[in-house]
Amino acid sequence: MSSNQETLLYLDGVSVTFDGFRALNSLSLVLAQGELRAVIGPNRAGKPTMMDVITGKTRPDTGKVVFGKDTDLTKLDEPAIADLGIGRKFQKPTVFEPHTVWDNLLLALAGDRRPRFTLWARQTSEESDRIDAILKTIRLREHRDRRSGDLSHGQKQWLEIGMLLAQEPQLLLVDEPVAGMTDAETEQTAELLREINHTRSVVVVEHDMAFVRALGVKVTVLHEGSVLSEGSIDHVSNDPRVIEVYLGR
Amino acid sequence: MLEVKQVSLHYGAAIALRKVSIQAKQGEVTCILGRNGVGKTSMLRAITGAHPISGGEIVWNGENISRLPLYERARRGIAWVPQGRDVFPLLTVRENLETGFAVLPRGKRTFPDDMYDLFPILKTMQRRRGGDLSGGQQQQLAIARALVTRPKLLVLDEPTEGIQPSIIKDIGRVIDLLRSRGEMAIVLVEQYFDFARDLAQTIAVMDRGDIVLYGRREDLDEDDVRRRLSV
Repeated sequence: MSSNQETLLYLDGVSVTFDGFRALNSLSLVLAQGELRAVIGPNRAGKPTMMDVITGKTRPDTGKVVFGKDTDLTKLDEPAIADLGIGRKFQKPTVFEPHTVWDNLLLALAGDRRPRFTLWARQTSEESDRIDAILKTIRLREHRDRRSGDLSHGQKQWLEIGMLLAQEPQLLLVDEPVAGMTDAETEQTAELLREINHTRSVVVVEHDMAFVRALGVKVTVLHEGSVLSEGSIDHVSNDPRVIEVYLGR
Repeated sequence: MLEVKQVSLHYGAAIALRKVSIQAKQGEVTCILGRNGVGKTSMLRAITGAHPISGGEIVWNGENISRLPLYERARRGIAWVPQGRDVFPLLTVRENLETGFAVLPRGKRTFPDDMYDLFPILKTMQRRRGGDLSGGQQQQLAIARALVTRPKLLVLDEPTEGIQPSIIKDIGRVIDLLRSRGEMAIVLVEQYFDFARDLAQTIAVMDRGDIVLYGRREDLDEDDVRRRLSV
């Protein structure tokens, strides 16, 4: 899908200030339809704030965030943005631990979730098929009946990514998915995100450089709320400005 | 001497430290370097007792302190200058400093004689509220507050972060002076490489919750250290 150059997300001169601290400083960033993008950057680069602005958690002081053809996300609230098809995975796993893997996914499936409907809901075979497909993607087919609280840390992260997939998002925002994972889990997560990227666009924020290398995609380096450098991982890691910033100068 | 031996630390099921070992000796600055998210602050949490460890042990002057709560470690002379400084914004500078008395026996609750010599700005700002100080001033206040507890081990988490160059220099001078007196061990977590290198006797570089490079400053290849710090 990466040959398709249509723009999915466009941040145009976005600035956010908290108590005089400029978290985002006229940030501009373009994500193509079907792209998988890694975002890195040192402390206070503005990574979480960028995610907050895209998902409507924070309103920018200035700038636009355009999704798809002409939807300005800065005019919408969080639920409306989620309904548009933007899903966000926060750093900490937040699955429903007492429930099984299967039930977590069932709860997350896109569809009517109003009480009156949910009370009389029956699981359809179509729903079962979708959950099966997700389980396969997130490598938890063997674990479908396990209590999700008993999963390993990496598996919990995958389950939550699966819960996002159940919402059928166009764009997934994933915040530091491999922090705290084992080496093997980290590798598999890179694979998993690349698979998901066959059908969806993904922005992943990470510190783990082994993981970012394994993703093998375009990397955006944020610094003090703006894009400092962008390109392949080799390009950005040889960029003298990036090196300076990481050495704290 | 502080000995961190094969220490692991978890947040829930997520692993943050993978059997790490370092030592910090009296009269020396031991510097922990690494990009963000590699486990530097977790290491300090393990040392200070702010978060329980899940394996290994922490030995301080021969005593295993792995299970001691934070305040017991503070009484044994371990002081922590946290990242972001954690100055009490509504207390005055003086009151902030007095919070350090909590770990001292009643008869010994005085400020160190040289505290205001080290940080003259704090003397002139005694009655100002902590929250009204600049970032650099707050950092100096946080260090002074730690010194009030008469530490034998001073642990500093990125004291240069977001601070103007002139104050960074002042802070560097104070750290070097404290080290040269030979009365305490200093553990310094930094991302500012030049600052750390100039102060350190020993350097540990972390990545993915592990120590990937460790040794005396003069034995380490500086380019190698730099490479592991950048992306």
